Amino acid sequence: MTATGIGASVRRKEDFRFITGKGRYTDDINRPGQTYAFFVRSPHAHAAINGIDASAALKMKGVLAVLTGDDIAADKVGGLICGWMIHSKDGSPMKAGAHPALAQGKVRYVGDHVAVVIAETYTIARDAAEKVVVDYTVLPANADTASAARPGAPVVHDVAPDNMVYDWKLGEKEPTDAAFAKAAHVTTLEIVNNRLVPNPMEPRAAVGDYDEGSECFTLYTTSQNPHVARLVLSAFIGIAPEHKLRVIAPDVGGGFGSKIFIYAEETICVWAAKKVRRPVKWTSDRTEAFLADAHGRDHVTHAQLALDAAGKILGLRVKTTANLGAYLSTFSSAVPTYLYAPLLSGQYNIPAIYAEVDGVYTNTAPVDAYRGAGRPEATFVIERLMEVAAREIGRDPAEFRRQNFVTTFPHQTPVIMCYDGGDYPQALDKALELADYANIGKRKAESARKGLLRGIGISAYIEACGIAPSAAVGSLGAGVGLWESAEIRVNPVGTVEVLTGSHSHGQGHETTFAQLVSDRLGISIDNVAIIHGDTDKVQMGMGTYGSRSGAVGMSAIVKALDKIEAKAKKVAGHVLEASPEDIEFKDGKFSVKGTDKAIDFASLALQAYVAHKFSGQELEPGLKEGAFYDPTNFTFPAGVHICELEIDPQTGIVTIDKWTAVDDFGNLINPMIVEGQVHGGIAQGVGQALFEGAVYNKDGQLLTASYMDYQMPRAGDLLSYDIAVTNTPCPSNPLGIKGCGEAGAIASPPAVINALTDAVGHEDVPMPATPQVLWRAAQRAVQKIAAQ
Amino acid sequence: MYEFAYHRPGSVSEAVSLAGDHADGKLLAGGQTLLPTMKQRLAGPSDLIDLSRIDDLRGISVKDGVVTIKALTRHVTVATSPEVKAAIPALAALAGMIGDPAVRNKGTIGGSVANNDPAADYPSACLALGATITTNKRAIKADDFFQGMFETALEEGEIITSISFPVADKANYQKFRNPASRYALVGVFVAKVGAHVRVAVTGAGSRGVFRVADFEAALEASFTPAALDGLAVPASGLNSDIHADAEYRAHLITVMAKRAVAAAA
Amino acid sequence: MTAVSMTVNGQIVSADIDPRTLLVQFLREQLRLTGTHVGCDTSQCGCCVVHVNGDALKSCTTLALTCDGAQIVTIEGLATGDVLHPMQAAFRENHGLQCGFCTPGMIMTAVELVRRKGANLDEHTIREELEGNLCRCTGYHNIVKAIAAGAQAMGAAAE
Repeated sequence: MTATGIGASVRRKEDFRFITGKGRYTDDINRPGQTYAFFVRSPHAHAAINGIDASAALKMKGVLAVLTGDDIAADKVGGLICGWMIHSKDGSPMKAGAHPALAQGKVRYVGDHVAVVIAETYTIARDAAEKVVVDYTVLPANADTASAARPGAPVVHDVAPDNMVYDWKLGEKEPTDAAFAKAAHVTTLEIVNNRLVPNPMEPRAAVGDYDEGSECFTLYTTSQNPHVARLVLSAFIGIAPEHKLRVIAPDVGGGFGSKIFIYAEETICVWAAKKVRRPVKWTSDRTEAFLADAHGRDHVTHAQLALDAAGKILGLRVKTTANLGAYLSTFSSAVPTYLYAPLLSGQYNIPAIYAEVDGVYTNTAPVDAYRGAGRPEATFVIERLMEVAAREIGRDPAEFRRQNFVTTFPHQTPVIMCYDGGDYPQALDKALELADYANIGKRKAESARKGLLRGIGISAYIEACGIAPSAAVGSLGAGVGLWESAEIRVNPVGTVEVLTGSHSHGQGHETTFAQLVSDRLGISIDNVAIIHGDTDKVQMGMGTYGSRSGAVGMSAIVKALDKIEAKAKKVAGHVLEASPEDIEFKDGKFSVKGTDKAIDFASLALQAYVAHKFSGQELEPGLKEGAFYDPTNFTFPAGVHICELEIDPQTGIVTIDKWTAVDDFGNLINPMIVEGQVHGGIAQGVGQALFEGAVYNKDGQLLTASYMDYQMPRAGDLLSYDIAVTNTPCPSNPLGIKGCGEAGAIASPPAVINALTDAVGHEDVPMPATPQVLWRAAQRAVQKIAAQ
Repeated sequence: MYEFAYHRPGSVSEAVSLAGDHADGKLLAGGQTLLPTMKQRLAGPSDLIDLSRIDDLRGISVKDGVVTIKALTRHVTVATSPEVKAAIPALAALAGMIGDPAVRNKGTIGGSVANNDPAADYPSACLALGATITTNKRAIKADDFFQGMFETALEEGEIITSISFPVADKANYQKFRNPASRYALVGVFVAKVGAHVRVAVTGAGSRGVFRVADFEAALEASFTPAALDGLAVPASGLNSDIHADAEYRAHLITVMAKRAVAAAA
Repeated sequence: MTAVSMTVNGQIVSADIDPRTLLVQFLREQLRLTGTHVGCDTSQCGCCVVHVNGDALKSCTTLALTCDGAQIVTIEGLATGDVLHPMQAAFRENHGLQCGFCTPGMIMTAVELVRRKGANLDEHTIREELEGNLCRCTGYHNIVKAIAAGAQAMGAAAE
């Protein structure tokens, strides 16, 4: 391993600009003649729009336009789409209600887009928006997941009179029912997976620009996948053909899924730029982000686990209602189906699984992928069931898990996934040791002496990253393929530009991708530039989400590097007067086997471009190669997280004392960056378990629309984590790597809740387990102790 | 923010005169509550009278068993003041629990007290310590000053100039933070002067800060946490929201009061 | 419009501004110092923290006019030429940032923290002092490490 090669904790190349204030985020970009957009949003969760009177706003100095759904319709701007088709049990397609970028006739959630004001300044636009008079007839609304499909619930979209987007299933019912029929023990849980708001620190923003001369649009935006944005804006929404639309996602301040989607605001900025013949900028404030960014999670689940008398799992039965909000966001339909149910098998041998998922409409913000996307929900179901089952049958939760682990690979689950490798007992052993699990009893007794309740909780998670292969996801309803592209441009002086379809918004690709190239080509990491986030530079790509950039994006780079090496060997053959088969490439040098004839990489690059040593008829000049990589399988990171905590039963305040994480991500490119991803994931998962919850009241008003009411994890709420890894290299990609971006968020919520329920001695602890929740939960424990 | 005219008086009298001229205007002290409220367009004063250049309104003095803090003294100054720490450590500690470091670098005691946010910290100290709020016109006892949520005895054009806190024999403030906003969900300030005990609760009451007579009586009989066993503020009349319902707040008041007594004793 | 003048990163700047202009808007829009960010509307995220007369303040909750005559330092003014401030260097060395959006506010907060509380900061103090700075990427683990290391480096540099 070199100091900057694969496996080294190289300090990040991108950091200099961020720590000196020279990052370039979308809101930092200003175009000459720029105007500002402010959206008139619905104050009602559900209402008919009888009319919009913009006359007073239009009279204000500095107002250029007020645009509404009628203008969208007149310009034939297509609606926002959901790109994954899900079929119900009866084979019928999901019921997707129309989703115009500006409401047409009806609003369906608080924050829904009614009109947009374009003005000379942000302040004028905002002032004018208050002068836009919208005549509403308020309709009954429903924000509640469990009751959305019950008779009499307000109908969100006429295409779904029962508010059912789909009723979908995975697995086989009969064998599962048969497993339960012969069970010695059945564990049953009712689970609510709380609704979250992603909250990247950079709010969404967009600048739309239109050049009349070239008839080209440019959209600068906060996107995790600018090419997908361009594709959707072109092919479906119909703003402009792809060759006339450039999408640039510059520095992006976190995404966590919420910046995958193609939203109304970005769409409007591009469209409106042509209408007002000026660039149009929109920057979300935090309240708008709470109202209109796609939310995450929001499941209500009934789950059962069947065991035989020896504690072996016989079957799993899950019925989930998933709240999809008022409209289907870009990938929303896939999240509670194909990103959820296939993970229900966890790390365990489960012979029979049957899952039903009802996707429902409510008068709430759309719900889509948020860090983990379906996999945290699945992990929560199985890891809560495992914990509770162990307690019910009087087994140690760690040993009960071990008894049921998958130990041979490949392992085909009853729910699509074929696990390609792993070593689950190894991670468990290591985690138990690091957490000093053996002595938890002593620590509990010490806490009890102080009047505090101590608990420990295990979560043995598995996740599936890098959704693939394209043909397989296509057969499951995906509207796109999930490959990745890479192009390597070697310059005549031997510096290298790597163009990737992955997008970095905190993941550190400028460093890790450069490590790979530097390692492979034997050149300095400083001579490698990673270029991403611009559809005019990178031809096509699928972006960054689902922990796919390492496994898929870097694999595409490997494939392109293979081609570079092959071509370079041909050039070397000519230069060194040898057959290409006799050329070796090692440590940045091409040499003729068994001789001292050699040429270094930079000199070789120059030879490829000056092209003096070979004829253009037998070998093309230049050194530039591209590749598209479509994986053969998902990758399956897995591991064990253990949370130990202490509750003050007087106040309900909980203190997490120790966090142990042992993760198997296969080979690591940059351990420092991997650890950072785990830290951040844990914080978000602890946030879900203890702090965060989007709450709508019965009228559909969002009660948690700012940081005054939505608790973000703060430094003082958290701790330093104990992180370790195991390594079973992934057999399904050339680097042997798995994904690490979501693991922490997937693993941690059940670890926390298992610890809390251990501490209070009963299972009735919902998320988020706020002090109020824990105070009530702890009272039962205190009463029990008193009774003893 | 809505449009406003900006004024920056150099003296209290100038500020008073400006406030008199602009009935729909607002005084701007540290602005840590007012500016966010204006940004969210929940307030739209016609005029902002920025007090930040009135240097006479800054400073702390301790004399004859009374700590006097001028109105524009920032939370950070109170929190770190050796005088306050020596005379009423609980008051310095309270100032150090307000908001966050950047907010404490700007927010002022006068602004906080004048605003009387039902979840603010300072009103509990004023009430429990029996403070006197001095304005350009008069001196007002804390018991008379706080008159309900965001309501005070201040009249139009009246400006707080200083707040005087009699030194207590024992005092402590226990704050249970709203998990999201970090304002007081329940804050209990307990102060003992001679035989007299005052207990003031912030964050919990639907009418703002209030005293708890039966806690005070019990603690005057015995200044111990156990003296509060079995005592509780009735839940009716307490705030209820997604973070804490009235029952939980009522429970926390007793817990925080006991902890304050334990820490003070 | 009202005239305002202040010193920003050592340079005197003057402008006529709408009284509503917040310090952060003045910095970002008037001076194009876009390193200072806005992450919330309620003065809680700390992405906008700058130094005003040496105090760390939330520039989203400060009127530009109030800063008339003040000395302002933003993240762009922290390094000396090409030489990073020790706290900046510590954030890079300890991987104290991912997306970078909260980073300027974190660093400005941390620098003032060291000035107030000294170079020997324990983990608990650092975490408590970050009450007003949110990060969604790092889980704070490496930010805490970075600040502890940066504080030590600041202490060593001052000696």
